[in-house]
Amino acid sequence: MQRVRDHQDRAAFSDLFTHFAPRIKGFLIKSGADATMAEECAQDVMTTLWRKADQFDPTRASVATWIFTIARNRRIDMLRRQNRPEPEELPWGPEPEPDQADVIALQQDSVLLTEALKTLPAQQRDLIEKAYFGDLTQSEIASLTGLPLGTIKSRIRLALDRLRHLMK
Amino acid sequence: MNIKHHLQDDTLLAYAAGNLPEAFNLIVAAHVSLCDECRAVVESYDSLGGAIIDNTEVADVSADSLAQTLARLDTVTREPRSTPRPGTLPAPVQNYIGGDLDAVRWRPVGMGVKQAILSTSDTASARLLMIPAGVAIPDHSHEGTEMTLVLKGAFQDEDDRFARGDIEVADGSVSHTPVADIGEDCICLAVTEAPLKFKGFLPKVVQKLVRI
Repeated sequence: MQRVRDHQDRAAFSDLFTHFAPRIKGFLIKSGADATMAEECAQDVMTTLWRKADQFDPTRASVATWIFTIARNRRIDMLRRQNRPEPEELPWGPEPEPDQADVIALQQDSVLLTEALKTLPAQQRDLIEKAYFGDLTQSEIASLTGLPLGTIKSRIRLALDRLRHLMK
Repeated sequence: MNIKHHLQDDTLLAYAAGNLPEAFNLIVAAHVSLCDECRAVVESYDSLGGAIIDNTEVADVSADSLAQTLARLDTVTREPRSTPRPGTLPAPVQNYIGGDLDAVRWRPVGMGVKQAILSTSDTASARLLMIPAGVAIPDHSHEGTEMTLVLKGAFQDEDDRFARGDIEVADGSVSHTPVADIGEDCICLAVTEAPLKFKGFLPKVVQKLVRI
């Protein structure tokens, strides 16, 4: 992703496309889109990734996370014809030479999160997935925040430390 | 910023997962713009979304999909990062107003209170409220959830004080009377699932007219 961002590298983009486009399409189909629409939107999402590449900050989000946020917004736009207002950008942008320790900490955390998700009982995992496919009511979502995803708490601390560290 | 009243995790998760009506998305985005703690929670729930999309069942894309997308890249202009906009209103609110406070088109609703309704999808409604210094918003209750985010000044209700960045979440069972601080006018973003019901303040017909 950093090659796409810094060098507009199309080979690197193609690799990302091969990995993520089928996942984005799968995600959109599970969210209620038909296959044709999902394919079209997967292309839109990957094009947006290219267009907004300068905004990618590997110390704050993994590529998968960043792609998820673009796909989610596209889903809301497509299926609900609504805006999803985004928070104001932080006053600082991605650093040209990000601290590798921060990048690695975030990557490790992403791995832990994936593992935590996989070890959840199937029923709970289905519920979380349904929430992200846009399928749950508010009260069903409330039941999710109590799930034993301890890594989420450490992820929150990491994110907060990072925000506060950058602010100094 | 010293924010004391935050959003609950379930609301932040619903925002990250993309499950909220537009008006609630707006107030969450506005609060998160001012609140690092809630921003960290939202970013963490985003990362859960990343883990889900990365491990979801794949759906094969057509053979020429990559070539089509690569061709589209030629027509795309790379977008630089948006720069933060200084002002009283956080950027997501400014986007609905078309500017900062001086661009708001206020409408009086009585007792010196003014409002400006923001145009969102109709499953929930959002508006800016201007409560003159020292004035009380009449006792009201509402159906469903109401969230109020302070953007300027402060107000006090029966239990607590809310200043810039603080968000008050009230469900249908709460009846409360927020009072603006005496020092300056209070400006809030208020979002409701359903229209407010005032007790003996405005006749129902008028409520309908002003869409309060």
